[in-house]
Amino acid sequence: MGRVMKSCLVVDDSKVIRRVARHILETLDFTVAEAGDGREALEHCTVSTPDVVLLDWNMPVMSGIEFLRALGTTPLPRRPKVVFCTTENSAGHIRAAIDAGADEYVMKPFDRETLESKMQIMGLA
Amino acid sequence: MEMSPVAARILGTLLEERSGQQLAADRRWRIGTALGPLLRRRNIPSLDNLVAILGSRGDPRLLDEVVEALLNNETFFFRDRAAFSLLTDQALDMLARARAAERSLTIWSAACSTGQEVYSLAMSFAAQPERWAGWRIEILGTDVSRAAIAQARIGRYSQFEIQRGLPVMQMMRCFDQEGDHWRVKPSLRGRVAFTVHNLLDAPPPGRRPDVVLCRNVLLYFATEKRRIALDRIAGAIAPDGVLMLGAGETLLGQTDAFVADEELRGLYRPREGYGGAATKRVA
Repeated sequence: MGRVMKSCLVVDDSKVIRRVARHILETLDFTVAEAGDGREALEHCTVSTPDVVLLDWNMPVMSGIEFLRALGTTPLPRRPKVVFCTTENSAGHIRAAIDAGADEYVMKPFDRETLESKMQIMGLA
Repeated sequence: MEMSPVAARILGTLLEERSGQQLAADRRWRIGTALGPLLRRRNIPSLDNLVAILGSRGDPRLLDEVVEALLNNETFFFRDRAAFSLLTDQALDMLARARAAERSLTIWSAACSTGQEVYSLAMSFAAQPERWAGWRIEILGTDVSRAAIAQARIGRYSQFEIQRGLPVMQMMRCFDQEGDHWRVKPSLRGRVAFTVHNLLDAPPPGRRPDVVLCRNVLLYFATEKRRIALDRIAGAIAPDGVLMLGAGETLLGQTDAFVADEELRGLYRPREGYGGAATKRVA
């Protein structure tokens, strides 16, 4: 029997970052969807809730932290894990993300080992 | 980087003589990558030139630097998470019962590289203050690399290093941010010790370790050197102690000194008559 693939929604306003993250996640056996900002990501989650959201901080329309807060008040069949993936690497930002409900935090720049490690920590890889 | 087969063989021999680690033919590509920065820093045009300088024996410090650069220092926090949990949960439970009277545990992380394994252990103990209240827990990390031990002592890790294996909550609880790096909090650094040590030499002095972790290093040793290192560990470890190897490593057919633990899969116990057999050590 084949392995059940996990799903990840990559939310980043940079197409390049989305492409890099998609490539890495696909090698880790994830199915990947993409969104360019928090609003788009929220809409995606209401239609098809992923196992995990890889979330940038600074984006137009709706930022990562705004998305995370909105996610908490949006009725969904299940809550996806949320991993911030951002250049906002200060301890203050990380603490704010955790307080808002983030499960993990990836400091950019990232590599395959980092993403794989964080997914393993959450039991997703 | 171009290199003659003779130069590759000489560099491989130097590494093995100094550390026990072998550079198998399929890993010789690492030589150029590992020594590139050293060549540039020393203004040495090629690996063949480097070998010639080493052969003249005029620069012992260069030899140290070459061996340091060739060592494989790959490691990360909570490596092989499932196996690590087996150790920190079940194996430590069992040892804690056996040491209930003296309330003391000694752990030796042999070939600890830059210290992530040692700090993972320290974090595991620190996360259970009630369980270990009143216990004396000694955690010693050793490695043949002076540079790795120097970094381990400082406990400072780059952004890439800190993100490998370490949950963000634990990072925030146990580390302070220092610019682009993260440093282990002093309270945690004070719980561990590090020293330079070669696995082929006599074990470091101190209390007999109840647990020895020797992960992902003996696989780089030739059979005979692996046996020597295991005999050294067998001579040091407590008779009812536990040896942990890397995931996928086995002692099957490698040594008579240890047997697989029947209950704790992946962990090894000294065979009766072997634990602490080689040397009598004083607490």
